[in-house]
Amino acid sequence: MSGHSELTTGPLEYRSHEDRMTVLGFWLFLGAEIALFATLFATYAVLFGRTADAPAPQELFEMPMALTMTFLLLTSSFTCGIAIHEMRRGSLKGLLTWLIITLALGLGFLGFEIYEFVHYAHEGATLQSSAYWSSFFVLTGTHGAHVTLGICWAVLLIIQLKKRGLNQMTARKTFVLGLYWHFLDVIWIFLFTSVYLIGMVV
Amino acid sequence: MSAENEKFPKQHIVGFLGSLVLTLAAAWAAVGSGLPTIWIIVSIMVMAVVQAFIQLFMFMHLTEKNGSIQVGNMLHAFFIAAVIIAGSVWTMSFGFSHNHSDDGGGGEEMQMEEQEHNH
Repeated sequence: MSGHSELTTGPLEYRSHEDRMTVLGFWLFLGAEIALFATLFATYAVLFGRTADAPAPQELFEMPMALTMTFLLLTSSFTCGIAIHEMRRGSLKGLLTWLIITLALGLGFLGFEIYEFVHYAHEGATLQSSAYWSSFFVLTGTHGAHVTLGICWAVLLIIQLKKRGLNQMTARKTFVLGLYWHFLDVIWIFLFTSVYLIGMVV
Repeated sequence: MSAENEKFPKQHIVGFLGSLVLTLAAAWAAVGSGLPTIWIIVSIMVMAVVQAFIQLFMFMHLTEKNGSIQVGNMLHAFFIAAVIIAGSVWTMSFGFSHNHSDDGGGGEEMQMEEQEHNH
């Protein structure tokens, strides 16, 4: 199935052995990323409730805000999937259009997250204010840093796609970026659930 | 392979709608359902895992090409994550509660004493 031969049919990103190994290698990287985020989630869970003199999460978390961020990132993951779908149909224009929509939604998410962090800081919850808020900002901040990196990566890739068009190399690079972007939403699902929803309930 | 050439990305749209429903259901379960807290936590975590699988299988093409290795690697990663998180919570805070709101920083020692009295 994944032999060493060059393929002449099927998706561009799987044509050469090297490209197939690159995609597999990126999956292994995502496995390591899951382990990284697991340690941050574990720290957050252990330090849950240790807010010292800072406000409790129930006082600061708001459902409309959390839902807006969730829908922005979820929709961007969907549009990124459509971008890959367009790429496999051979449509560079469709790919670029949907990638730029994905980028705009990602920027929207990032804007809300920055606004959220500034708002919490004004309310007295910062990285330094308590064990709980340290673990909160490290966990959500690490995710936000990943989103920022993903946005920069997508901008560079869009420039390359415009210059070189769709070929085996750019298709593979786009597919790997797509995996990364979907992965950011996978992590956010668990952030939304275990940080925001549980933070509002417990 | 033929599905990839279709104009209409059915699988993505089904996955997206499913994710929207699961997100809203989880939000409702948390703040609107009035269920006991433990059931809220269990149900929203289950919905989160289902949503993660939607991303992996419907958006990320997990089973393509080297699918068996990729699926095995993801299952392994989820297992490691569960061990890290459940293990940390178990060793660090099992059977331990802290009333941070009532007694500020001094609460932990008091509760340790309470636990010892109970034994």
